[in-house]
Amino acid sequence: MAKSIDVSDLNIYYGDFLAVEDVTIDIPARSVTAFIGPSGCGKSTFLRSLNRMHEVIPNARVEGKVLIDGQDLYGDEMDPVNVRRTIGMVFQRPNPFPTMSIYDNVIAGQKLNSKRMKKADSDAIVERSLRRAGLWAEVKDRLNRPGSSLSGGQQQRLCIARAISVEPEVLLMDEPCSALDPISTSAIEDLIHELKSEYTIVIVTHNMQQAARVSDDTAFFNLSGVGKPGRLVETGRTEKIFSNPEDPATEAYIQGRFG
Amino acid sequence: MTTTPTPRRPRGVRRAGDQVFRGLSTGASLLILLVLAGVAVFLTVEGIPGITADPQDVKSGESFLPFVAPLVFGTLLSALLALIISLPLSVGVALFISHYAPRRLGAALGYVIDLLAAVPSVVYGAWGIAVLAGWLAPAYAWLETHLGFIPLFAGPASATGRTIMTVGVVLALMILPIMTAICREIFLQTPRLHQEAALALGATRWEVARMAIFPYARSGIVSAAMLGLGRALGETMAVAMVLSASGVVTFNLISSTNPSTIAANIALSFGEASGLTVNALIASGLVLFVITFVVNFTARAIVDRRKDFSGAN
Repeated sequence: MAKSIDVSDLNIYYGDFLAVEDVTIDIPARSVTAFIGPSGCGKSTFLRSLNRMHEVIPNARVEGKVLIDGQDLYGDEMDPVNVRRTIGMVFQRPNPFPTMSIYDNVIAGQKLNSKRMKKADSDAIVERSLRRAGLWAEVKDRLNRPGSSLSGGQQQRLCIARAISVEPEVLLMDEPCSALDPISTSAIEDLIHELKSEYTIVIVTHNMQQAARVSDDTAFFNLSGVGKPGRLVETGRTEKIFSNPEDPATEAYIQGRFG
Repeated sequence: MTTTPTPRRPRGVRRAGDQVFRGLSTGASLLILLVLAGVAVFLTVEGIPGITADPQDVKSGESFLPFVAPLVFGTLLSALLALIISLPLSVGVALFISHYAPRRLGAALGYVIDLLAAVPSVVYGAWGIAVLAGWLAPAYAWLETHLGFIPLFAGPASATGRTIMTVGVVLALMILPIMTAICREIFLQTPRLHQEAALALGATRWEVARMAIFPYARSGIVSAAMLGLGRALGETMAVAMVLSASGVVTFNLISSTNPSTIAANIALSFGEASGLTVNALIASGLVLFVITFVVNFTARAIVDRRKDFSGAN
């Protein structure tokens, strides 16, 4: 199920503007890779290019290669809709569908894939997804309440349950805890630890301690200057990046001297 | 207006501008209520003699209920036809403008549709008789031949095309702009977050519309439909011009015998009415007033029923 991602020489443009320059990185399967860096350095943009979500913005395009287990993500035969069905995403702010119940939120992705499903099957998927997202005990008695009735942390776990209900191969998380309190954050970090046995997880975070806590590998992004494109400065095992980085900019960022 | 501060409880500064604006806005809302109450009182007071009138004293020669029933039926039927035609059309056009069309084309199209609202209803009526009825007459003949077994199209098809169906189409065009404009605004307000949630699950554009946009816009679409329906219920000129009415109750949409509507009947009969006939016409206006109220309250009820799921919290 979990797949590795190989990116080579990727440039991301918005129209004529080069937003992210020349990224080459290997993201291993069944592990957590964290993207860190100052605001505006292109880490979210790069993350969104991994499931072609950046294409939602008009005139956005990429040059270069992204291979998911050897398959070209930007090949002619690849449909962005299918890409997003296999590469799930969790956003910065919890975004359950407000008009759907908790149950319908979890099953929403499955409904897209297969129109007709037995009630028992969908019940099983909902329970399994909510259990894996660590939310089952809290919501099992009110599955037909609206998703927006939950707290922020619960909503975010609901969004994770929704993302994993379709059994994606990769799970992308764009600052999933930045809108949450410390307790919910800790719950989500525990969840990431558990999910990594089954999924390839890529997480963008502003919080360096979080990157150190949850990730196996860390990639540091930076801007070469104002108005210049973001680029990947350095990548490696998390222990190494945080204890003995090669690039002076990485060291400065880790020690909190900028960013 | 003096600004003397009360001794024990400081009220803060009283600004002349605030006072004036407050007075103006309160006055304006009171005025609306007064006008509405005035209309209701007028319709009731003038209408009651018409309701209780002896059949011999009014022009129709019928007591009030048999007189007004076909008109109510025709009003509801034509407005409903208009809504059935117009609702999917306006939702589709609004979605195209807000989410499918390139920005420039969308803006231009929106502008053109807003212009449709500026066309006077007399013009719609004239166009309905002169052009649309002629176009639709062959279609009615075809419907009679091929779908005549459905009571709606039983015929005999009108040769002139001046049927309740044609009225429905004209009314649909007339209510299209307001409905499209409201739907478009609501669609544009759908939070990006919800749309991205759907996209990230692998939704196509149509599925994004179904999962994120329509549910969010639901109450707005209902409001748009009700505003459109209200306009169609009360539309006078276009109906009066297009329809050759004969005061029947029939679901046959394409024949030359059609029910009239309350508003069109008032417009056509008022000039030559006198005495209790006038009161009867005003009473029919009261019925229309009540129908419009009921429609609006129903819409409110529909919107409120799923408040928890509206996304407003």
